[in-house]
Amino acid sequence: MRAAIRGDTRSYHRLLQELAPVLRRLAGRGLARHKLGSEDIEDVVQETLLALHLKRDTWDERQAFSPWVYAIARNKLIDSLRRRGRRPHLPIDDIGELPAGEERPAEFNGADAARMIASLKGREREIVVAISIEGASARQVAERLGMTEGAVRVALHRALKALAKAFRTDPP
Amino acid sequence: MSTDALIKAIAEDAGTMSLKPARRLAIALSAGGLVAGALFVATLGMRLDIGAALQTWRFAAKMAILLACLAAALWASARLVRPDASPRKALAALALPIALLALAVGSELALSPSDSWPLRAIGTNGRLCLTSIALLSPAPLAALLVALRAGAPRSPGAAGAAAGLLAGALAATLYASHCFDDSPLFVALWYVPAIAAVALAGAAAGSRLLRW
Repeated sequence: MRAAIRGDTRSYHRLLQELAPVLRRLAGRGLARHKLGSEDIEDVVQETLLALHLKRDTWDERQAFSPWVYAIARNKLIDSLRRRGRRPHLPIDDIGELPAGEERPAEFNGADAARMIASLKGREREIVVAISIEGASARQVAERLGMTEGAVRVALHRALKALAKAFRTDPP
Repeated sequence: MSTDALIKAIAEDAGTMSLKPARRLAIALSAGGLVAGALFVATLGMRLDIGAALQTWRFAAKMAILLACLAAALWASARLVRPDASPRKALAALALPIALLALAVGSELALSPSDSWPLRAIGTNGRLCLTSIALLSPAPLAALLVALRAGAPRSPGAAGAAAGLLAGALAATLYASHCFDDSPLFVALWYVPAIAAVALAGAAAGSRLLRW
């Protein structure tokens, strides 16, 4: 996380990939406790990843990392339980105890996220699709679209914010 | 979209930096403080005998209580902007200003005859105290709420309350340097409800504006 905060894409990528299964376990446990099916898990995971990213400045580097991750995940889980009409009831006492991640099954698709991406504006959508699905880097996208790399990065950041907002406001 | 794809997009955005929450709070407090300070100087201004007043224990106690409240609220706000900070612990910081106030009130009750208590408590500027704090606090409160929006408070209401307490304490500190009613009894009767009202307004605004 420290490297990620300093802007290192590769170590950030690795960190997020390690966190995803952990978040999946947490979301699965929370949803199951409220008798919700596992089809929503991936949406909660994606919403949590976006929140971790956009709120990463609120992690105090002198504090432990996992309670912070857990706190963000818990908040996002509560949000999505509320949106799904459940009264959230989550124990707060296991703060700091992140469950070990599970082995990864093949693909994880968020149902919401597909719709969310469709809701992005033209340029932003193009950029997100190129980077996320086609695996391009910001520089490659910039060349392809005839933009500066900086402009691509700004648009990407905006698109991520818009995605997070869409998760927050969209009913399931 | 698959989670792996989303992770790629997020990782590519690793470089965007923004200000640390503590830095944002500091900027908001300075900006809001400047506006409130300018408003204060333009309308009320400090009392002219401020130097002499500082020699009296009542005035010094009044300022100490308010500054302690300001410090406690700032500390609480800086904590509550983080998702992993417990609201209860942050609000425990209030014990310091409350203890100082209790000590000052106790001293006043011990030192002054009981028939003077009502006059000391009611003072002469009660209404001005309430309106001044109400008018000086909105600018800092708004600035602080904007700063806190970048945060991720576990309890948006508690974070808003801390911002309100901070704005109220700032407004009260400014006003206190104008006011001649220095008795701790006056502080307890007028300042406390005024600051508490700003904290409540902050809590109400925070629970709407600080969700994330």
